[in-house]
Amino acid sequence: MTATETRIVTKRLRERPDDSWTLAAVQQTGGYDALRKALSMEPAAIAEEVKASGLRGRGGAGFPTATKWSFLPAGIEPRYLVVNSDEAEPSTFKDRMLIERDPHQLVEGIAIASFALGVHHAFVYVRGEFALGAERLTKAVAEARADGLVGPDMCGSGFDLDITIHRGAGAYICGEETALLNSLEGDRGMPRIRPPFPAIAGLYAKPTVVNNVETISTLPGIITMGGEAYGALGVERSRGSRIFSLSGNVNRPGNYELELGLTFRQLIDDFGGGLKGPGPVKFFIPGGASSQWLTDEHLDVPLDMDLVTQKYGVMLGSGAVMVYNQDVCPVRVALRLAKFFAHESCGKCTPCREGTGWIQKVLYRIEHGEGRDTDLDLLLDVGDNISPGLNAPFTQTTICPLGPSAVSAVVSLNKFFRDDVARHVKEGACRAA
Amino acid sequence: MSPIPGADDILARYPVKRSALMPLLHAVQERDGYVTEAAMEEVAEQIGLTSAEVLGVCSFYSMFKRTPQGKLLVSVCTSVSCMVNGGEELHAALRERYADDPEVTVEEVECLAADDGAPVMQVNYGFHERMTPETAERIVEDYKAGRLTPRSISGTTPPGGTP
Repeated sequence: MTATETRIVTKRLRERPDDSWTLAAVQQTGGYDALRKALSMEPAAIAEEVKASGLRGRGGAGFPTATKWSFLPAGIEPRYLVVNSDEAEPSTFKDRMLIERDPHQLVEGIAIASFALGVHHAFVYVRGEFALGAERLTKAVAEARADGLVGPDMCGSGFDLDITIHRGAGAYICGEETALLNSLEGDRGMPRIRPPFPAIAGLYAKPTVVNNVETISTLPGIITMGGEAYGALGVERSRGSRIFSLSGNVNRPGNYELELGLTFRQLIDDFGGGLKGPGPVKFFIPGGASSQWLTDEHLDVPLDMDLVTQKYGVMLGSGAVMVYNQDVCPVRVALRLAKFFAHESCGKCTPCREGTGWIQKVLYRIEHGEGRDTDLDLLLDVGDNISPGLNAPFTQTTICPLGPSAVSAVVSLNKFFRDDVARHVKEGACRAA
Repeated sequence: MSPIPGADDILARYPVKRSALMPLLHAVQERDGYVTEAAMEEVAEQIGLTSAEVLGVCSFYSMFKRTPQGKLLVSVCTSVSCMVNGGEELHAALRERYADDPEVTVEEVECLAADDGAPVMQVNYGFHERMTPETAERIVEDYKAGRLTPRSISGTTPPGGTP
């Protein structure tokens, strides 16, 4: 049986493809009803609904949202909500869709979360390159404010909420939550050592919750249907539905909202129209560029956040799935990803700053026919200095996970494509080039 | 010196002045075409930093350009999804085509979060998907000839002005 989409966070943008971002469409489709419902509840009861839903962060780490909220210390004001819309994990494109196509849903989610958390000033950090997204979000906030839906005395509740849209300026590292906070404070986007965690000392050293766009955009749906009903969807500790960004060699790349627990094969075949080009699937990257890779023998693995890590050493991460056919050279993909991580390393921690550059250089010479027999071992050694043991979940010698993420492709080459690497070295060139 | 456009509005959005640094840099880039040294001093004065501190932040972010740019900034993605769909060839073709055109700056960029439309380029941060070297050139020429209206160099101003 062909699987179908579960449309909760993508409901409006699928039903109103031509105008889902306009206030008129929002008003005609129950927009802000969930906020009004939430405002009739006790703040703690909203958090209980989120807890019952089993919602986990959709940005990459998959941390339980209600638990993250619970770390905010009581009685300290001001406190802040910061929404992470700095989506830059290669091949992830769901948050951009959400802010461009349903910005009001995010504004509504922000209002619900802010009321639940006692936050009176929320920020959205929008990736600088998302010009249209920032524009629509800014407009949505202004419209909602003009209608009294947010702002002073939102919806007549007596609760005041300011929302500031903040544009980034091109730095992947700012997707890491403490680097994002530094950037939002007007500094270089470099990660902070934790503890203290943002819940204790975040933005302006005040208690702060940082949540991803999709996470916050899911809140109106959870309040509408009830936490328990949302949590009835899914598998094990992966509850509800989430958006998977499918790309690479597939016939219908795109964003698909799926109930968790379906398989990679269902995602690729039922939604993506199957592999494009010569099969079988050579390999796929299951959770954004930071994840280790899988091959065609893993296509029936379920979309379960914990299982994929515990059993297969990969992650669902940001929900991005990249699929490659037999024509694609895994060394070439590893090299391109290495170039990305070397470029985006902020330079704060030596193992990452130096190691990402070494990984890029060694992969470059392998791909371009200058490789040596010992190069794979050299790559693993460099990787081991960044992420000792090369395990998943990873250990790290760095402040943030960017360094260990850069090692994933190297470990994957060693796991699945030793022969491909050896052939590059022996033949002195890439056969695919 | 002319005031930074929108500076008061920008400053009013933040409880701490320094948070206005990046938005002010975007604003001076929009005004001047890139972030000049004089503008960095202006921004520094506006929020009470040294110009070295402003440079330190400015130089961290790839969207802040510290040298003159063409009026059109063509950013071509060559990341993994675009790479397997012709992104590198697209970048090479556009770079060659506009090598001597002072109006057009072509740059290679990382994933733009539009992988379902690979290969992808942005012109002044406006998206164009499923490009070939031919369609991409036609679009750049449309911008040059005024048949398409570009955003400003920092991407803020939408075609037709602020809504």
